[in-house]
Amino acid sequence: MAPSRNRRPGFSRRAQYSLFLGYVIAVAGSLVGAVLLALATLDPPAFAALRATLAEVTTPISSGIAALGRGIASIPSSASDYVGVRKQNALLRKELEDNHALLMRARTLSYDNRRLKALLKLREATPGPVVAARLVSSSASSTRRFGVLNAGSWQGVMQGQPVRGPEGLIGRILETGPNTARVLLLSDPESIVPVRRTRDGLPALAAGRGDGLLDIRSASLANVGFEPGDIFVTSGTGGIYSPNIPVARVLKRARDTALARTFAEPDTLDFALVQQAFLPVASAAAAPAP
Amino acid sequence: MRQPTRGPFDAAPPPAAARLLPPASVLLASLITTWPFIATFPSLPPFGLMMLLGWRLTRPDVFRIWAPLPLGFFDDLVSGQPLGNAMLLWTLCFFMIDLIDQRLVFRDFWQDWLIASGAIGFCLIVGRLVAAPLGAHVDTVLLLQIVISAMLFPLVARFCAWLDRKRGGE
Repeated sequence: MAPSRNRRPGFSRRAQYSLFLGYVIAVAGSLVGAVLLALATLDPPAFAALRATLAEVTTPISSGIAALGRGIASIPSSASDYVGVRKQNALLRKELEDNHALLMRARTLSYDNRRLKALLKLREATPGPVVAARLVSSSASSTRRFGVLNAGSWQGVMQGQPVRGPEGLIGRILETGPNTARVLLLSDPESIVPVRRTRDGLPALAAGRGDGLLDIRSASLANVGFEPGDIFVTSGTGGIYSPNIPVARVLKRARDTALARTFAEPDTLDFALVQQAFLPVASAAAAPAP
Repeated sequence: MRQPTRGPFDAAPPPAAARLLPPASVLLASLITTWPFIATFPSLPPFGLMMLLGWRLTRPDVFRIWAPLPLGFFDDLVSGQPLGNAMLLWTLCFFMIDLIDQRLVFRDFWQDWLIASGAIGFCLIVGRLVAAPLGAHVDTVLLLQIVISAMLFPLVARFCAWLDRKRGGE
């Protein structure tokens, strides 16, 4: 292309000054950018209000596009549903028969469980759901893993509440706006969830890796073996996540730190359920009186 | 970049719509992250930056030197990176391109592509160092993201040139 090396914009003083001023603004602005970057790194929720304001505008658009996409994507499946419904009916009837015996056994077990718990006077805090919403978009070009939820403080969503999907834990609320909230997904490199193994209650930490998988680190003993297929659920330690939400399944045999895949696949864009924090921070701080 | 005062025989300045098209296209490209898609790893190229570089390298006169500041500020609000990241890095890229403009006088598209790839790689790598902890396992996918973005740059530059023709740039 043609050279543009002539930086003097002519003899006009005004043009020269405006060019010079442009450079002054650019240098000053990049310094301001560096300061903002330092502030945002030291105090991540510092500019949450700005982001939330913009998200208020973009989230309805994302929701609309997502609804449109779901509508189009559901056409082939509903057509095949119509064809396959008869066969499915027979299958389901058979399954119902098979499950009947299992159900009776489970009922007795549940009854026993209730009675035993009453005997132990175990008070179980079962946090209720706050709102069911959808994850509408995510930070796809960044190395951080955030999602945007289309419900916010007007729906009762508050910072620190856990978010789960039908299959398992998705993450927790990081920032809220009036109608939107930012969710720190499980696979974010800065997300850590206390978990335990279902098999023997072994405590561990599930830390995000940034590439969609989790690292399960043993929290108690050294030299702990993880087997492929080990299932980890939240332990309730720390007071954010209520216990027994499925988190991840170990992929490979390993010692002390194992690779695991989350149960909830956020990219399926399904419903997300925001729950109350298991033990809200304020009451936890007030609790240790004696 | 260069805005000489208009002499009596110069062409009239372009209408507002034509002047607003480049920044608007960069903002829209930044907004691609709001597309309803939940990524499990960084997979989307930084389209805002690529659009900005496309405009800067095909038409050096449409953006002033300070233009990356407001555009980067907007990109930071939607991209998930900490605020100030794109403001700083995009402006540094503009400074570098400005320097290269004076050293490397006659350029081809190949050189432009190389410059853009370098700028994209610089912004993504520094952005990763700033945003994610050093131990995060994102480096392989980041490399993939950089390669994809560099490969897509000619398309974006083409798109910028097409937009430029549509808005009546000479």
